[in-house]
Amino acid sequence: MSKITIPLGPQHPALKEPENFMLVLEGEQISGATVNLGYNHRGMEKAAEERTYIQDLYLLERVCGICSHSHTTCYITNVEELAKCETPKRALAIRTLVAELERVHSHLLWLGVAGYEMGFETLFMYTWRDREQVLDCLELISGNRVHYSINTIGGVRRDITAEQKAEVLKRIDYLAERTNYYIRLATEEATVLARTQNVGKLPYDVAIERGAIGPTARASGVARDVRKNEPYLTYSELDFKLITADSCDVFGRLVVRALELVESYKIIRQVLNNLPEGPTAVKVPMRIPAGEAVNRYEAPRGEDIHYLKSNGTDKPERVKVRAPTLANLQSVAYMLEGGWLADVPLVIAAIDPCMSCTDRAVVWDPKKGRKQTYGWEDLRKMAIEQYRRRGVDFTRL
Amino acid sequence: MKKPARVFSEVVKHLFKKPATCAYPFEPARIMPHFRGRIAFEQDKCIGCQMCVRVCPSKAIEIVLSADQPPAPAPVEGQPAGPAKKKFDCIMKLDHCVFCAQCVETCPKKALIMTQDFELAHVNRKELRRHYK
Repeated sequence: MSKITIPLGPQHPALKEPENFMLVLEGEQISGATVNLGYNHRGMEKAAEERTYIQDLYLLERVCGICSHSHTTCYITNVEELAKCETPKRALAIRTLVAELERVHSHLLWLGVAGYEMGFETLFMYTWRDREQVLDCLELISGNRVHYSINTIGGVRRDITAEQKAEVLKRIDYLAERTNYYIRLATEEATVLARTQNVGKLPYDVAIERGAIGPTARASGVARDVRKNEPYLTYSELDFKLITADSCDVFGRLVVRALELVESYKIIRQVLNNLPEGPTAVKVPMRIPAGEAVNRYEAPRGEDIHYLKSNGTDKPERVKVRAPTLANLQSVAYMLEGGWLADVPLVIAAIDPCMSCTDRAVVWDPKKGRKQTYGWEDLRKMAIEQYRRRGVDFTRL
Repeated sequence: MKKPARVFSEVVKHLFKKPATCAYPFEPARIMPHFRGRIAFEQDKCIGCQMCVRVCPSKAIEIVLSADQPPAPAPVEGQPAGPAKKKFDCIMKLDHCVFCAQCVETCPKKALIMTQDFELAHVNRKELRRHYK
């Protein structure tokens, strides 16, 4: 059968975000797939260099609408590390609480999207209705549903009162009950099983080789979670399980996310019942001492990495964000190969992609006024060339 | 284990439940007590230090001298004449504002106040540039 190449996207490939997938089709089966990034470059890292540390907090929060707390917490940990500031225990606990509430809201959102993509819209409607409960919790604690802005340099901006604690616990109890229902539903309902089992296969060794992270990796049996491997905030004191599945398909990703919800409820209850007393923030000077810092953070979609370089002024010299989707996109190309065209939206949605967070590889030369996007091969060539000039040979790698 | 129509009983139960949504324009929306809405300004507290202007991440605030300034206080006998207390206006660009309320926290005199006002959509963009006097 002759091969045809069709473009999927950048207009609405699976979700509302622009991304292009070039699919080589043999009949209805996919024999090759390429992922093309670069439709939504927003220049956030450059913008961050022109704002003060406190202003960057609100800018970097807008890297992603779903993991807004992940990005600010990762960034602020870098800033606090460079400023050598001792963040109060209570502030760290509140950050952990918001982080877990965010994970609950992201996973419930994903469950709904997956239901929608597999043609099971009842699940989509119910999960999104229940997601309102956790969004209400976030609004109650922080004052906003999406961009919580709970972090500030040196602590958190708002304390948690006894009434808020009771209200959040009440809603979490309701959500825990609903989640148990969804887990039963997802593992027994014929529609879900037919659409997800053996779809988008990603075996263990390929997941390792392609550097998959977060729930995508955990569904392939890779026990990789920054909360366990390199505990930050107060995770080292909390009791929770690292969820993995070994079915290596979309069904595994669904199960991992659903069971992680249960773990998150456990964490939220632990944090709320053992909130340490004390102040919620300490003062940090506007100017941050010169230095470099890198931090990892387990965002709902996987590992988020932030790099920060300061030069002793009140503005950072360089901010680098590695959003989780960028690491997982390598696996998508593999997952699509050998699959069916009809499964493409579900497979793409299964990594919980956030394309706008990921896009940041356009090079603009102000002298020549030229704009260029570099592909993987070009970047590799440039990197090898640069290291050769320093006397290191990487050509054989 | 496959069980077809697993969700059916749940769907039937929901036929007899109240709607989950609220009929917002016809009834008031539910807002949490510390919701971050439009920033209001109290002129008599402002000292014109421009801290809010410097801290705003989206350059939404301008603090300018008011058009009509109060007269200088009457000189007291035996003391040098003090300068008049200046009055400031606040120009809040609501189309720039990201509603983070950092200015409210930074203001040393609490002249900026966070309100729960969220119905700010307007067809005329000029109306979004509020001049608080």
